[in-house]
Amino acid sequence: MRRDDLVILRPEGMYCPRGDFYIDPWRGVDCAVLTHGHADHARSGSVRYHAAESGLGLLQHRLGASAHIVGHGYGETFVLGDARVSLHSAGHILGSSQVRIEVDGEVWVVTGDFKRDADPTCTPFDVVRCDTLITEATFGLPCYRWPAMHEVVDEVLDWWDQCAREHVPAVMFCYALGKAQRLLAELAERVDRTVFLHGAMTPLVERYRDANIRMLPGEPVGDSKRARDFSGELILAPPSAAGSPWMRRFNSASTAFASGWMQIRGNRRRRGYDRGFVVSDHSDWPGLIRTVEESGARRVLATHGSTDSLVRYLNDRGVVAAALKTEFGGDDS
Amino acid sequence: MRAFAALYARLDQSTGTSDKVAALVDYFQAAPADDAAWAVHWLTGGRIKRLVRANDLRQWLIDVSALPDWLIDDTYAHVGDLAETITLLTQRHPTAAQPELSLAGFVAHELLPLAKLPPDAQGAIVQGWWRTFADRERFVVNKLLTGGLRVGVSRLLVVQALARLSGQAGDLISHRLSGDFQPTAQAFQQLVAPGEVAIDADKPYPFFLASPLEQAPESLGPAGDWLAEWKWDGIRAQLIVRDGVRLWSRGEERLDGRFPEIERAAAALPNGHVLDGEILGWEGDAPLPFSRLQKRIGRLKPGARTLAECPVVFMAYDLIEAAGKDLRQQPLRERRERLEGLLDGATLRLSRPVDGADWSGLQIARNNARELGVEGLILKRWNSAYATGRRRGDWWKWKIAPLTIDAVLIYAQAGHGRRSNLYTDYTFALWQGDELVPVAKAYSGLNDEEIAKLDRWIRAHTLERFGPVRSVQAFHVFELAFEGVNRSSRHKSGIAVRFPRILRWRTDKPFHEADRLETLAKLAQ
Repeated sequence: MRRDDLVILRPEGMYCPRGDFYIDPWRGVDCAVLTHGHADHARSGSVRYHAAESGLGLLQHRLGASAHIVGHGYGETFVLGDARVSLHSAGHILGSSQVRIEVDGEVWVVTGDFKRDADPTCTPFDVVRCDTLITEATFGLPCYRWPAMHEVVDEVLDWWDQCAREHVPAVMFCYALGKAQRLLAELAERVDRTVFLHGAMTPLVERYRDANIRMLPGEPVGDSKRARDFSGELILAPPSAAGSPWMRRFNSASTAFASGWMQIRGNRRRRGYDRGFVVSDHSDWPGLIRTVEESGARRVLATHGSTDSLVRYLNDRGVVAAALKTEFGGDDS
Repeated sequence: MRAFAALYARLDQSTGTSDKVAALVDYFQAAPADDAAWAVHWLTGGRIKRLVRANDLRQWLIDVSALPDWLIDDTYAHVGDLAETITLLTQRHPTAAQPELSLAGFVAHELLPLAKLPPDAQGAIVQGWWRTFADRERFVVNKLLTGGLRVGVSRLLVVQALARLSGQAGDLISHRLSGDFQPTAQAFQQLVAPGEVAIDADKPYPFFLASPLEQAPESLGPAGDWLAEWKWDGIRAQLIVRDGVRLWSRGEERLDGRFPEIERAAAALPNGHVLDGEILGWEGDAPLPFSRLQKRIGRLKPGARTLAECPVVFMAYDLIEAAGKDLRQQPLRERRERLEGLLDGATLRLSRPVDGADWSGLQIARNNARELGVEGLILKRWNSAYATGRRRGDWWKWKIAPLTIDAVLIYAQAGHGRRSNLYTDYTFALWQGDELVPVAKAYSGLNDEEIAKLDRWIRAHTLERFGPVRSVQAFHVFELAFEGVNRSSRHKSGIAVRFPRILRWRTDKPFHEADRLETLAKLAQ
């Protein structure tokens, strides 16, 4: 880190000294700018939050109704201390943002989590020119190159059909915020059937419906009678439900996991799912490289994921790059 | 290629054995016999001679992907499988015509001829495949280029599928498949043919394998119903005398030429006899440690010095065929009686019954196993048939408790396949003075939860990286079990342990209290 950096690391999280605010802090602070509503980025305990208007419903759900959150439209500039701050679509989940910080003509952008692929549940990634880019690197290796979504949806539909033919339930594990809604929205463009949802997902799906995102109808599993036969039905559940007593309702189910990690066979086989579908709400390798290029940044800091490889690759290509050790990440991919 | 790649994907996706068998049956039913023959070859672990050098493959990949070499290596370390890494780093050219080749056609006309070409010509062809084959096919092609196809299908599943397809008994299919299976249409047709098919004189019978005894031996009934033998620690083998002598290992590899003493002695046996036994290094009245025998396995034509350093014997267990007649359905007692009369008692020896009037007598005998250089007892029901594979009930191995030490984790490396991008290959050390000296590598013994926990710890406590290997802070102690200890000049510690594995994670033990190298050295033979 350098003395005049617009963003530095503090024990509480990424901090902008000139604006006196934090970005996605992992401890309670006075002023926090949030990139999106995933648990490792949006933590409770801060006095005041700034976030994208389109994500307010989710954040209020996550942080509680009493949390004080100021909503901003994408591209709208607001002033914090000496800094002019604006939020720009990150294409990660509903209401996800990159944070642009400008002080004395110097521009930094913090991408938060982002992806470059189209997603019917959120606005597309917005390229923002900057001097310094702080990027995520969850999938910072070239083996991560996402297949076209329509191909993945084909595979999901084939699997669902196969489960119907074999009279077994199709249980798809996926993260409750973002992934589940994206699957429901992608499927809505192809079929018209009801999908069953784990209880942890229903309130989040509701927030997406509030935002007028078109998705397949979902019915909470808990609303069904005990003895209901789920053969041939698609059920979405968070990964934590795998192996739990909740799964007993779906005897002999075929299981699947939707995640970018499913790109690697070993990951899928290790987790013991029958099927793995490559669906990620993060950028793949080509997306990371393209984003760095398009941002025009001369300096790049990589936060979480395979930062080492990305940093070395960029350095080799003449971009000054380094790793920034944050507490983001975990498995929300 | 397309049908075979689809089979591979289907096998890879299914977790249940019945799904896998169904996938195999579907494929074998639809495939032409020469394709099916190659599928059997690959899926039962068959390989072909290496066609291209791994280093050349890496260079071609660097050229095609336009990525720096270190990034290819990082990616390979992360993915844990070379064929998969190549598949993920290459892409079919969208306008390329997809080749429509049969599996057998591709192997015969494209793959095998690579061997005769210089590396540059090979590179052009292989890079062409990367441009034209779609993901699934490309993965299979890369698998064939890098060795074999392991897809969680055991030989047994292939046998079950072929049995279902042909309506023949699984044991018969196993027998037809044993030994050298040549992947030709004719061989496949013979494999699934109805009725009697003359079995090639070269072919071994499928081995009958003992299962580990987990219950108390008393539960097996009266000790008198059982033959107890030492569990010799050598190479399980089948000695076939049918117009000449052939020697097969349990892994169904031909050992001909490696043990001329045994072949010479066997030449005196009457024709049409097949013996099951163990090849052992032997001196005077006792077996030599396995490490001595190991040096002979690789020697195709051992010289006089090698022969003198580790003389061998064939310790006979069973007689499977006599005068051209298959004896497998006869009771063990009768087979053994006929066996005894055949042996010269010098190079061909009988694995003698271990005396013990009852189970407690055998238990006492078993306690001496380690001093005798054996691994415990094998129990065989006197009236048992010679079955196929590891079938529980009539043959048991009753091993002695392993030796154990408490060692410190010092290095870790990411595993392969199911364990790719998890640190699961561990190196352990013992104290010598105030230095930790590596003594063993172990891969198994922890459950998934422990593996994940240790993986996180390793990543957070790495001291240095040497390529794919990380050295970690000395902290965690593990109890290791192993079958034997030998002196070894090849190891820094001067000691080699046999079959090391992790027994448990000693979270209760501080690392400075781990065992010392001297303790292990005292156990060495």
